[in-house]
Amino acid sequence: MSDGRREILLAHGGGGRMTHALVRDLFLHAFDNPALAPLEDAARIDVTSGSIAFTTDSFVVSPVVFPGGDLGKLAVCGTVNDLAVCGARPIALSAGFLLEEGLPMPLLESIVASMRRTCEEVGVKIVTGDTKVVERGGLDQIFINTAGIGVLAPPLPSGAATVRPGDCILVSGPLADHGMAVLSARNELRFDTTIESDCAPLWDLICALLAAVPNGVRWMRDPTRGGFGTVLNELAAGRDFGIEIEEAAVPFRPEVRALSEILGIDPLYVACEGRVVVVVEPGSAELALATMRSHPLGREATQTGRIVCDPAGRVVLRTRIGGTRIVEVPSGEQLPRIC
Amino acid sequence: MIGLDAGAAFNDPALCAMLRDRIDAVARTLPRITLMEVCGTHTDAFFRFGVRGLLPQNLRVISGPGCPVCVTPTATIDLAIRLAAERDVHIVTFGDMIRVPGSNSSLERERARGARLDVVYSPIDAIPLARAEPQKTFVFLGVGFETTAPTVAMMIERAEREGIPNLRVLAAHKLVPPALHALLSNPALRVDGLILPGHVSVILGSDAYRFVAERYRIPGTVCGFEPVDLLRGVLDLLEMRASGVPRITNAYARAVSPEGNRRALAVLDAVFEPEDAVWRGLGMIPASGLALRPHLHHRDALALLDPGEVDRITREARDEEGCLCGEILCGTALPPDCPLFGAVCTPESPVGPCMVSSEGTCAAYFKYGEGR
Repeated sequence: MSDGRREILLAHGGGGRMTHALVRDLFLHAFDNPALAPLEDAARIDVTSGSIAFTTDSFVVSPVVFPGGDLGKLAVCGTVNDLAVCGARPIALSAGFLLEEGLPMPLLESIVASMRRTCEEVGVKIVTGDTKVVERGGLDQIFINTAGIGVLAPPLPSGAATVRPGDCILVSGPLADHGMAVLSARNELRFDTTIESDCAPLWDLICALLAAVPNGVRWMRDPTRGGFGTVLNELAAGRDFGIEIEEAAVPFRPEVRALSEILGIDPLYVACEGRVVVVVEPGSAELALATMRSHPLGREATQTGRIVCDPAGRVVLRTRIGGTRIVEVPSGEQLPRIC
Repeated sequence: MIGLDAGAAFNDPALCAMLRDRIDAVARTLPRITLMEVCGTHTDAFFRFGVRGLLPQNLRVISGPGCPVCVTPTATIDLAIRLAAERDVHIVTFGDMIRVPGSNSSLERERARGARLDVVYSPIDAIPLARAEPQKTFVFLGVGFETTAPTVAMMIERAEREGIPNLRVLAAHKLVPPALHALLSNPALRVDGLILPGHVSVILGSDAYRFVAERYRIPGTVCGFEPVDLLRGVLDLLEMRASGVPRITNAYARAVSPEGNRRALAVLDAVFEPEDAVWRGLGMIPASGLALRPHLHHRDALALLDPGEVDRITREARDEEGCLCGEILCGTALPPDCPLFGAVCTPESPVGPCMVSSEGTCAAYFKYGEGR
């Protein structure tokens, strides 16, 4: 930094010279693009005719750097993926930074660099932003809010209302990696594991999938907070169909399974940040799976279950030994601050 | 990391199918049978693997007093809350405890109001906390059965050895065998066999339950937590019922020996001595709790309070009206029998401890959609 200071001071959020220096030297330097460069109060974006999708999310993960990612990558992926599962091509993001006084500048720089890399990967731009600094203790290091705009153009998912018995439920890869990676990175647990977060931007994978089976995708969701179990319950709740999943077909890495067993956590409810749950009509399942598997982010894609008539509105898991149990919406907070 | 390949063998579908066939065959020769699991982790495992739905119609599995958080009386929670209000006192506890309602509040609520509280996975984690802040007093909530009590005893021994004076324990541990005596002496309880706790038995050994068969004429089997373990345990009990000869069998021999873990028992004995203890639901049971031995009085958290106040808090503790946790822990009621279950009492706003703990019967019924 040109001012030579190596941690965030309250003055960095004061709107004066230090704020300008931070915006110019760090944010503008990293995210440079024509919409952001004028540093006006609002960015101007050209959109083609049609609809846009618009979403926002705040990211408060602790620790801010975890195996397989950091807060910056997460803040871009989270919003990009929310757009992507709607079938929207992400075009522009906003980034709001809430910084704690004393935050080491190198940490902020590495988070910003990671946001930039992830944006480049997706082809999305950060076109507007904001920075606030709060006194030490007012928050934990750094929180980021991102909002995103995506363009909706066919082919799109046909929507939850079109889901019917017989449809297949696919997932793009092993579940719960993100939540368990963050949890095992927390100092207080002192677990040495090799689990890495799955945090990744999904647009490229989803774009390929929609193109391959343009009329086959009914519904998509990224199983973040609450995990796969919660996402399925959200789909089934109040509907005239149910969901049946096969325990043996729900993909978890052995390390994830082992750690969740030790901690008494059900990995069905643990967050992913780079996986997508897809409901496809049965005739498209094979091609959809093949398409996902040919993409680096979907190599381990698999079919985990299907839409059934009974019991309507509920999610049933068929266990390895042939028993069944109901998968309920989880209660309370299993794992705080994982995203 | 745990052995995953070993785990895979214990949910082998073919083996499970064979065990089921044998269970069905023996059950056909028997009248209505009720088995009780004396361990909250078994309650969860029976649901989680879908084993309940695989058992024959005339076989019922109920839960007993196997959830350590659940059997902890309200007075203990109230005392912990009172200790948390002391200046410079930090409470250190397992996660489940913080949500259990006391008479008027919970530790979770007190934390939101400013009480200092650390959640740990192992009592040993309290050592570095206490060492880092020598001017504060750290109180570990010593709740649990024979499974966790030795680790708390080890924590105390280490604090003594390493000269860490500011670590104390609220001693509220419970012992399983005396509770089984109390349970089986209750004429209102009808059980035909006990599924005995796996983890507790690793410490105690399977011989510790011989009285169940010899005195109460009820078969028991020490059981692991995988599908094959559960089915094998059920089969053992049914076969003993059919033969009319009650014994104690060990279906978890890969972890449990007849004599138990002598080293853990020795540490336990060096730090604690048995005392009469109150259990939620079961009431006062002789020699069913653990008190610090007299030479460790300086580790007793209750010594921080005035004895008269401890008596008053204990006397005035009251449970929520209408809550059936007590009966559920005795096996004389099921969660759906409770008018509060699922309506007023949910995991988000639990009325009784059985809805709080992951080992609680009500929490398991709710989580797996049973009776709702």
